[in-house]
Amino acid sequence: MAAPEPEAPSPARSRATDRSPWNWLLFIPIVVPLIPAFFNADAPRIFGFPRFYWLQLVWILLGVSTTTLVYQLTKKRGDR
Amino acid sequence: MSATWHDHLTEIIIFTLLFLLVSAMGFVAARWRAPRDMAHLDEWGLGGRSFGGWITWFLVGGDLYTAYTFVAVPALIFGAGAAGFFAVPYTIVIYPLVFLVLCRLWSVSHRHGFVTPADFVRSRFDSPILALLVAITGIVATMPYIALQLVGIEAVLKTMGVTGDSALARHLPIIIAFAILAAYTYQSGLRAPALIAFVKDSLIYVVILVAVVYLPHKLGGWGSIFDAADAKFQVTPAPGDGILLNANNQLQYVTLAFGSALALFLYPHSITGVLASRNRDVIKRNMSALPAYSLLLGLIALLGYMAIAAKVTPLPGAKAGSVDTNTIVPRLFDQQFPGWFAGITYAAIGIGALVPAAIMSIAAANLFTRNIYKEYVRRDATPAQEANVSKVTSLVVKVGAVACIVFLDPQFSIDLQLIGGVIILQTLPAVALGLYTRWFHRGALIAGWAAGMAMGMWMLYQVANPATGKKHFAGSAFPLSEFGFDTKKTIYVGIVAVLVNLAVAALLTLVLRAARVADGVDATTPDDYFADEGDARVTPGPDRGADSAREPVA
Repeated sequence: MAAPEPEAPSPARSRATDRSPWNWLLFIPIVVPLIPAFFNADAPRIFGFPRFYWLQLVWILLGVSTTTLVYQLTKKRGDR
Repeated sequence: MSATWHDHLTEIIIFTLLFLLVSAMGFVAARWRAPRDMAHLDEWGLGGRSFGGWITWFLVGGDLYTAYTFVAVPALIFGAGAAGFFAVPYTIVIYPLVFLVLCRLWSVSHRHGFVTPADFVRSRFDSPILALLVAITGIVATMPYIALQLVGIEAVLKTMGVTGDSALARHLPIIIAFAILAAYTYQSGLRAPALIAFVKDSLIYVVILVAVVYLPHKLGGWGSIFDAADAKFQVTPAPGDGILLNANNQLQYVTLAFGSALALFLYPHSITGVLASRNRDVIKRNMSALPAYSLLLGLIALLGYMAIAAKVTPLPGAKAGSVDTNTIVPRLFDQQFPGWFAGITYAAIGIGALVPAAIMSIAAANLFTRNIYKEYVRRDATPAQEANVSKVTSLVVKVGAVACIVFLDPQFSIDLQLIGGVIILQTLPAVALGLYTRWFHRGALIAGWAAGMAMGMWMLYQVANPATGKKHFAGSAFPLSEFGFDTKKTIYVGIVAVLVNLAVAALLTLVLRAARVADGVDATTPDDYFADEGDARVTPGPDRGADSAREPVA
């Protein structure tokens, strides 16, 4: 939890952007889960789950780790 | 066949007790994090714009993953197999997709005191007409969604044998439940669903984790569950089902997942949840934490296969000869678990319907108040009047939703919800792209909206389902052969409609710019899209005087 910021009379110029090359990473978890060729098969099964099911559940981890990574990498710039 | 309520007494008692508990919480919520003055839309409709990470996680999670989802997605898997699993990629791609977009929306809304997406569109494009269209689209798309939450409760009540012979007797429990819901939403506003969401989501997580550990153990392991489903789909005549996708429904699967993801955060109730958060950080952290619900949804979806393996049969539907597949999850728990645990499950589903229904009715009420009432009825409405109109409207919206379920065939609400997803997508150029660019001309956006709506409605009208004998509005999978392609592939209607929308908006923008048609004044500045908690607001406090002073002509 960030401490409440001091009352700023005007928006700080340094923060007036959220551009970062790291944001491009976000495309990975948008594109990869939408390619059926990766997951539309039965084999190999893991714990009885066909690939179709376990791999799509694994994409959840891909999404979480990417958004977490981008958040951490872009957070420090200009002291947030 | 017709189990009576006597056999389900334990379930009914547990269900009722938990229901009464959350109702009490709903009323107490008015005092939770209480503001000095509740008579302001920021307080009643957005919980004071003060929710931190945890509350936002429970609130938005409870808002997006509705009771209907928890009942209908496994029902879809039960009936069609792999195609129903689209809900998983859908709820994966959504978060990276809106990671940056929602922060911009939050910032600009924070600076200008926007409560609804239409508020933003009005200021950005200086067009009350475009804002009105966005508001009406939002209200029309949300109404059937609220009604569908009742379908979730109804599936549970039906399984418990709480039915009656007349339409009124059958619906009495739902009417009572919604009356209580309406009363505490009226009193506590967004704080009520925020508080109840804690109970709802905790119950759901516990129930599902127990179910996905215990049921496979009982049914011979995951492998045999999938094999049982595979065996069922092998013998059905339908060509599209199976535990994997086939060559013809992959495009539909992908476009439906992507299109639904684009649409989700255009729904007014999603935006309400986001705007209620305290700062940009809360939103970004939630984009990483909300997929926990996607995992839950994936496991819930697989309950459909467990129902197949356990040979669960759905209860009969409203019409003779039809079956209500929405009852398979309640039936599965009724068959496999002791009464008290099934009761907790039913309560989780029932309470799960209340959270989104409350937020949706608040969101629809806010749209009416801000973009219809304040715009066209009473331009000088005070914040207290705004809050009051919203409270009353939220009641009207709920009465409407109940009436939909009691007097119309529930199938009608399901059809409308299908249309709702397609039409809300038509606000994408104005709301989502509008956050990034003001390149589009306001006139072109209106024309694009109209073209997208027309295209979407025409396509939905063409979709038939031979299996159920429905000739129109039978689904969102549009056969590409209708466009003259020699293929059996289908595509999600919403994607095509929004592409038409964008094409028209882009072309007409070029035309209108060339013709130098007036384009209004953008009331937002580039800085507004990065403002954070603590930054000065353009419209400080309850008085929005600066706004009306800046726009002398409408």
